[in-house]
Formats: sequence, structure tokens, C-alpha cells
Amino acid sequence: MSDLTLAKALNEGLRKAMEDDARVLLIGEDIGKLGGVFRVTDGLQKDFGETRVIDAPLAESAIVGTSVGFAMRGFRPVVEIQFDGFVYPAFDQIVSQVAKQHKRSEGAWDMAMVIRIPFGGGIGAVEHHSESPEAYFAHTAGLRVVSPSTPNDGYWMIRQAIACNDPVVFLEPKCRYWEKGSVDEEAPPGPLFAAAVRRAGTDATLVSYGPAMKTCLRAAEAAQAEGKSLEVIDLRTISPLDTDTVAASVEKTGRLIIAHEAPVFGGIGAEIAARLTERCFYSLAAPPLRVGGYSTPYPPTRVEEDYLPSVDRLLDALDRTFEY
Amino acid sequence: MNGEPFVQLLTPEGERVESDVYPLELTDAEVLGLYRDMVVIRRLDVESTSLQRQGQLALWAPLLGQEAAQIGAGRAMAPDDFGFPSYREHGIAWCRGIPPSTSLRIFRQVTNGGWDPREYNYALPTIVIGNQALNAVGYAMGMQNEGADAAVITFFGDGATSQGDVNEAFVWGASFQAPIVFFVQNNHWAISEPTERQTRIPIYRRAEGFGFPGVRVDGNDVFAVLAVTRAALARAREGSGPTLIEAYTYRMGAHTTSDDPTRYRIDAELEEWKLRDPIERVRAFIVRNGIADTQHTKDVDAEADAMARTFREEVLAMTGPTPLSIFDDVYAEPHPLMDEERGQMVGLLGASEAGTLR
Repeated sequence: MSDLTLAKALNEGLRKAMEDDARVLLIGEDIGKLGGVFRVTDGLQKDFGETRVIDAPLAESAIVGTSVGFAMRGFRPVVEIQFDGFVYPAFDQIVSQVAKQHKRSEGAWDMAMVIRIPFGGGIGAVEHHSESPEAYFAHTAGLRVVSPSTPNDGYWMIRQAIACNDPVVFLEPKCRYWEKGSVDEEAPPGPLFAAAVRRAGTDATLVSYGPAMKTCLRAAEAAQAEGKSLEVIDLRTISPLDTDTVAASVEKTGRLIIAHEAPVFGGIGAEIAARLTERCFYSLAAPPLRVGGYSTPYPPTRVEEDYLPSVDRLLDALDRTFEY
Repeated sequence: MNGEPFVQLLTPEGERVESDVYPLELTDAEVLGLYRDMVVIRRLDVESTSLQRQGQLALWAPLLGQEAAQIGAGRAMAPDDFGFPSYREHGIAWCRGIPPSTSLRIFRQVTNGGWDPREYNYALPTIVIGNQALNAVGYAMGMQNEGADAAVITFFGDGATSQGDVNEAFVWGASFQAPIVFFVQNNHWAISEPTERQTRIPIYRRAEGFGFPGVRVDGNDVFAVLAVTRAALARAREGSGPTLIEAYTYRMGAHTTSDDPTRYRIDAELEEWKLRDPIERVRAFIVRNGIADTQHTKDVDAEADAMARTFREEVLAMTGPTPLSIFDDVYAEPHPLMDEERGQMVGLLGASEAGTLR
């Protein structure tokens, strides 16, 4: 057991994966000497050398596109995209090559690669540094999309993602990089593609992932003070979705609220709402409600608190779900 | 851009040109082999166009006119070298030993791929223009990390040189001194757009700005393409980094069977390029030097005709895939959504119908 920040837990997870498998290599901008702008790769180039921790020329399409070639050669590349808003130049390679190469080659070529992306807002950054692009990737067949919300998950999920033979888009909640939590290096918390119940409750189910998880847990505390018992589920995996875990909860509570920082329209919440409505129709006492970013570009960060899901907005949704 | 010097070892009239920079010694058997390669792939190309016209292929991208560029480059590759094509490189696939009908699986749309790339050290066709240049550089960097005695060659057209991915591939190849050869078939037309729309300087000269050598070769001269590509691959293998080869050639056919070149180019241009035909000059060389008689070239034509017949039969016999195969190989590991939707299809069609070859 160690008490680590999420950034350090990811760093330790990457280190372990590199020690375990010599085919694992890291590619990204400023990840070598600097250790990444968030220091997630701190010290790794020093210990594993420049051919395994590759400081990339400043070209995101090439970072992903060359990683495709590395994967074809049998390596297991772990890509770092510096910020969410900078992944779009690589979008073509991700959608056209990373996601489809296994299918196109009729199973001959695995795209065993991880695309790490610090995502989400709440850090007072400038434009393009606070986005939540998960729906684009979840919509793309061939990709898997996960997001850890705790240091323990950070340590284990990055190792599990690297060991996965499919490409995994690994979304790191950057506003939680510096928050500490206990990490159990001895035993994994469970399989990678499974949700976790973070707080048991009986009156309503609150589902989220990544950066909004902490807000959800705070909302559950506040609701408890008002006499409402919220069950809080950390999806952990966005694609595939662990519908079973959410359904088991909704069948118990009859009410469902989904929260994420990404805009609500066309977002992951819509998919969860549709699937759970279909599956738990007769258990639901109210329609599933969604709380998320507004359907606007990410705002200047002086007003990001008003844009992001907050405890107040979650409690408001809770009130609304009880109006039915 | 027409007046630029290029490497030529065999004139359109079939006369050998000696070069100090690119010396090339070929046995008679090798010359006849290159000739046969080109005749065969041209014949199979014609057969493929017919198959498409008869509704047996979804599409065909003809290579007519580019036989020397492809056979020269393909025969320059060593077995351990790895190739990354675009979608017109049927001649390279032939050189890699991929059965011709296998190359057509994608065009018959029984698959979006066609073969196991690891079996032939040759990647699958890439349709998104220029993507493969980056994949190729990554593959080359992987070879470099392993210390492999091998190199990568990637193929694309003049149009692709406008793509960001290709320019990024140049930057990365140079930065890491990767064992990579960038082979551009400048066939003068990107569907309807002439090369002048893509570049204001000859393509090979772009290499200098990226920090590696560029060379223009007569792309209709199989000897020159072979020599230049061999040299570039050797340079890559020995650790000296990338080379950009511009094979100066001409797309004598349409972009694809869906294209109508009469809307954008004049016949006179085509007539001019017919005089530089890649096969005719080797035939002239063979006859002029007594390497073989005219009966031999007739025999090669007959062999190509026979191959075309077998090829046609194989293509017509290709069936599949099954509706259920839609869910195969999307992921390497089990995925609940695939199981769920596969189940839906079985529910709709029944297991037998869903498993029937189309």
C-alpha cells in the first residue's frame, strides 16, 4: 500500500508495464527529459532509454500513425497526447487505422496500443486544454475507451490497458492528477472493463466516470444530509459499457442520473439512458436524467464552474427525478 | 517540371545508358524476368478492368503505364524488407508473392483487406491518402530499435504529397534517421488534378527541405527504378536514413473504373506517353541484344493470357463473407457489444442464414 497522487500512480503503473514487457514503449511530446507536462512519465526515459521513451516531433497524427507501425512490428506503444484538444490532428489515424486495422487484416494484426489523453476541465486553462472527447472514440468501433478516477485505478488500469490486445483510449482526469489516494500494488481491483460501485445507496443511482466522479461522491454526501441515499457508480469503462452493473443498481433504486463533463447532446449519458431505459423500463420510476457540460464550446475558464456538472446541478437533477 | 534531369538506364528506344552513380549489372535471365513481370501484371490489370465492367468487382484501380515503376521497386526489395502500399500497387503485391487473385479480394469486396501482411512482409492497401507513410515510418523505427538488417518502403502518389501525414512522415523519418524509402509514383494525375496543383517544385526536390536525399528516376524505365530503389534500400539498411524517390511516370488509364479521364485531359498527352511505354523499351532491348527472340515474347504473352484465365476463374469463385462475419475481428478480445449484436442478427436471420456465404 502506498499513498500516491494519480499522476504518480500512473507513472508507477507505466514503469511496471515497461519492466514486465520489453516491447512496451512510450511516444509523446515532452515525455522524455521533461517527464511530460503533467510529469506522468517522469524519470522513465532516464531509466529505460531514448528508444523506449521517445520524445516525439510535434505532430500528433505522426505520434499515433507511427505507433500503428510499431504495433504492426509487435511493439506495444503507449502514446501520450499532451492535451485533449490536441488529439484531433491524430483523429484520422485513430479512426481509419488504429480502430480498423485488426478487422481489415482479418485478425492478423493486433493494434495493441494505448492512447493516453489528459482530459476534462477544472484547471483554469486556456482553450483546447479542458475538453472531453470520449464520445467520438466510444462511437468508433474497434476502440476501447476507459477512464480511471482514483490513483489505485490509475496504477492498475494503465497496466491492464497496456496488456490488452485491442487499442485503448485511456482518458486521464487531469484535474485529479495531484489528488492522493491509496494504491494497493499487490492485487488489481478487478477486470479493466467493469464498473465499480463506489458508494452503496437505495434511492437513486448516480453514474459517472473520470473527473466528475469526485463531484458525484460529494453530491451523494450532500444528498445524504438531506435524507436521500444515492448509489454512485464509477463506470471506469466507457466502451465497452458495463451495463450489467448499472442495471443491477437501477433495478434497485428506480432512478438514474448520469453525469459527465462532456456536452450532454450525443454524449455517453444518452447511450446509457437509452440502454437502461430499454433494459430497466419497468423498474424506472422516472426517466433517466443527464447532467453535463452545456452543448457549447468549452467556455473561458473564468466561467467553467458554471459549465461543469456541480454538486448543485446534481442535487437539482436528484430533485427533478423525484418529481415524477 | 518536365525538363528536370532524371536517372535513366534504358531509353524509350531500348538503348542501355551507363551510370556511375547507379551501376546495374543484369543477367539475361534477370532482364527476361523483369520483362515477364511487367507483361503479366499488365495482362492481369486488363483482366481486372474487364471483371469490373462485367460487374464482378466493386472497383478497379488500373496500373497501366506504371509497370516499370512497380516492378523495379518491387524487385529491389529483399525478403525481410517491408512494404506499405497505397491501393494501386498490384505490381508490388505481385513481386511480394501475393497470388494475383488474392490481391483482388478487396476489389471484389469479400474483405477490406486481403492477405496476412506478416506472411508477405507487405501491408494491406491503404485507401485514406497518405496514412500508410506514417505507419511505415513507425514500422521502420521498430526495425531500427531491433537492429534488424531490413528496411521499409512506402508507396504513394503525387497527390499524397500534399497530405499532412506524408509531410509528417518525412519529418519523422529524417528526425529518427529511420530505415525508410519514400517511393512516389508521380503519375501526373490525382484523379482530375495535375501534379502542378500539388506542388510548385519537382517532388523529389522537397526531400532537401526535410534533410534527406531525393532522386527523380524515369519511372517507365524498369532498370533505372530497380537500381535507384536498391541503392535507397541499401542506404536505409545501413543506417543512413530516408530517401525520397520520385518515379516519373504516367497513369495511362483512368484513376479507377469509376473515373472518366476524357473530362480533364487531352489525348495528345496520352499519345506522347505511349512512346515511352515501359514494356516496349525492354522488348526492344531484348531483341536488339539477342537476349531472346520474338518467339519468346510471344510465349510470354501466351503465358500471361493463360494466367489471366486462371485468375478470372479464381476471382469468380470467390464467395463470402457471411453476414455474421461482420462481427468477427472487430476486437482481438471478447467484447459484450459484439456478442449482443451478433445475437440480434442471428435472431433476425436465423443461425443458418446468418452463417451463409454471400
